[in-house]
Amino acid sequence: MRAYILSRLGWGALIVLCILVLNFLIVHLVPGDPLHALLGDFPVPPDYVAKMRADFGLDKPIFAQLLLYLRHLFEGNLGFSFANRMPVLDLILARLGPTLLLMLPALFMAAVLGVVLGVAAAPRAGSATDSALTAVSLFGYSVPIFWLGQMLVIVFAIRLGWLPVQGMRDMRANAQGFHAFLDVAWHLLLPCLSVMIFYIAVVARVARASVIEALHNDYVLTAKAKGLSKRYILWHHVLPNAMIPVVTVIGYNFGQSLTGAILVETVFAWPGMGNLFITSIANRDYPVLQGIFLITAVSVVVINLLTDILYAVLDPRVRANT
Amino acid sequence: MRKFLSNITTQRSGFIAFCFIVLLALTAVLVGYVPSLDPRNMGSDALQPPSLQYLMGTDDLGRSVLAGVLYGIRVSLTVGFFAAVVATVLGVLIGAVSGFYGGWLDTFIMRVAEFFQVVPSFILAAVIVAMSGPGLVQIVLIVGLLAWPQVARVMRGEVMRVKRLEFVDAVRCMGISEHKVLFGEVIPNSVAPVLAVGTLIVGQAILLEASLSFLGLTSAELISWGRMLNSGQRMLFNAWWLSFFPGIAIFLAVLAFNLFGDAVGAIFSPRNRR
Repeated sequence: MRAYILSRLGWGALIVLCILVLNFLIVHLVPGDPLHALLGDFPVPPDYVAKMRADFGLDKPIFAQLLLYLRHLFEGNLGFSFANRMPVLDLILARLGPTLLLMLPALFMAAVLGVVLGVAAAPRAGSATDSALTAVSLFGYSVPIFWLGQMLVIVFAIRLGWLPVQGMRDMRANAQGFHAFLDVAWHLLLPCLSVMIFYIAVVARVARASVIEALHNDYVLTAKAKGLSKRYILWHHVLPNAMIPVVTVIGYNFGQSLTGAILVETVFAWPGMGNLFITSIANRDYPVLQGIFLITAVSVVVINLLTDILYAVLDPRVRANT
Repeated sequence: MRKFLSNITTQRSGFIAFCFIVLLALTAVLVGYVPSLDPRNMGSDALQPPSLQYLMGTDDLGRSVLAGVLYGIRVSLTVGFFAAVVATVLGVLIGAVSGFYGGWLDTFIMRVAEFFQVVPSFILAAVIVAMSGPGLVQIVLIVGLLAWPQVARVMRGEVMRVKRLEFVDAVRCMGISEHKVLFGEVIPNSVAPVLAVGTLIVGQAILLEASLSFLGLTSAELISWGRMLNSGQRMLFNAWWLSFFPGIAIFLAVLAFNLFGDAVGAIFSPRNRR
C-alpha cells in the first residue's frame, strides 16, 4: 500500500514537472519573440521590457532559462499581468473562489443524480428508465454546454423571467448574511445546471455498467440464496462494490468540468477564472493564460492522484496487487 | 432476444446517423452552388425573426442565419475529419508499436499517453491558439495531438491480442522480419476497432472547434457555428434565433458522429465477431 502510494506520488510529481516544462516551451515554440509572449500585447514602458529580458534571462541558453523559470515558479512567481497591473498568481487566486462555487455543487449534484439514474436503470435493461438514461447520456455527450447555457438563459431568465440572467449577485439588493447566500444560490442555479449535464451523463453511464457487472458476482447469488430482497441486495451488496469505478470517473473528469465551468462562466458573466481567461484572451495577456493553464493542469493532476489513492483505499484488490 | 433487439436499435440509429452525416457532407459541397444562399450578403432586413422568407431569421447585419448554418458545416466537418485522421494515424502507429514490442518502450509510451490524457486539453488548446494565432491547421494539429492516446490505447490492446494468434506465427515461420510482420500482418488485422474511436474523435473535434470559436479564438472571417454563437451571445436579449439554430446544428452533428461511432463499435466489438 505504501509502495503504491509512493509510486503514484512520484509519478504525479513527474507529470507536474512535465507540465511546467511544457508551459515554458509554449513561450518559445509559438512564432515570434518570446518576450512578446511573456508580456502579452499590452503597451509597456521600455525599461520594463529590459527588466523582463533580464529577469527571464532571455540572452542566456535555453536550459538556463528553463532553470530560471522553474525557480520563479517555486518562489510563487507566475509572472506579472501588465494589463491588470497585478501578479498573475494573485489575479487567479482572486477568481478561484467563484469558479469552485460553481463547480463543486454541480459536481456533487451530478454525481448523486448520475448514480441514482445508473442504479435505477441497471437491473432492467431496455426499461423506460434505461431508455431515459441512454437519452440523457447521448444528450450530455453531444450538447455544447455553453449553448445549453444560452438556451436556459433565453427560456428561464429572459422569456419567463424566473431566474437572473447573469452575474453572481444582485447589485441593487446588496443583501447581507443569509439573504446574500440565497441571492448567490439563486444566481447559481442556471450555470450549475449547464455544467451538470455532461457530468450526469458520464457518471450515469459508468454507474450503470458497473452495477450490471457487480450483479453477476457470486456474492449476489449467495445473497439471493439467503432470501434477501432485491432492493436490499442492490443497495447494500451491489452498490458499495459498484461505487469504486464511479468514484474514479468522477475524479478523472475533474478537468473536464473545469473546462465546462470556463465556458459556462462566459455565458453567465460569472466572475470566476473562466471570465479572467476570456478577458485575458481579448487583452492578449499571455502570462495570465499560461498561469491559468498551469493552475488548472496541476490541480487536475493532484485530483487524479487523490483519486488513485482513494481507489486503493476503497478496493482491497488494488492494495493486494501492489 | 432482448439483446438482439437492442443490437438492432443501435444499428438502426447508427444507420440514421450515417445518413445524416452524408447529408451534411453533401450540403457542405453543394451549398456553394446556390447563389441565393450567401452567408456574407448583408440585406436590408436586420434582426428578423424566423419567417417564410428567412427560415432561420437574420442577424444584426441582415445576413441570413440559414446560409450561415449551412456554410458552417464546412468548417466543422473539415476540422472534425482531419483532426480525427491525425489522431487516428498517430494513435494506430504509436499504439501498435507499444503493443507489439512491449517492454520498457510500452511502459514509456503508455506513460506519455497518460500525460496527454491528464492535461486539460481544452485550456491547453485555447492557450496555444491564442498565442500562435487563429488558424484551422493549428486546431486540427492540436486536437490530433491531444486525442491520439484514446486511439493508441484501443490499438495497443488489439495488437496484443492479434500478435498471439497462430497466423502471425505462421508468417514468422516464413522468415519475414518483425517489422514486416507488424506492418504487413498485425496492423491491418487490428485497425477495425480503432475506427469507432476515430469516429467519436470527429465529434469531439467539432465540439472543441466550436468552443474555441465561441470564445472568439478563430478567425472572424470564417463562418463557423461557434462564431455564430459568439455573436449570438451579445444578442441573447433581442434575438434567440441567432443562438438557437447554430447550436442545434452543433448538437445534431456531434450526436450523429457519437451514434455512428457507437454503431461502428458495436459492429466491430469482439462479442459480435464470435
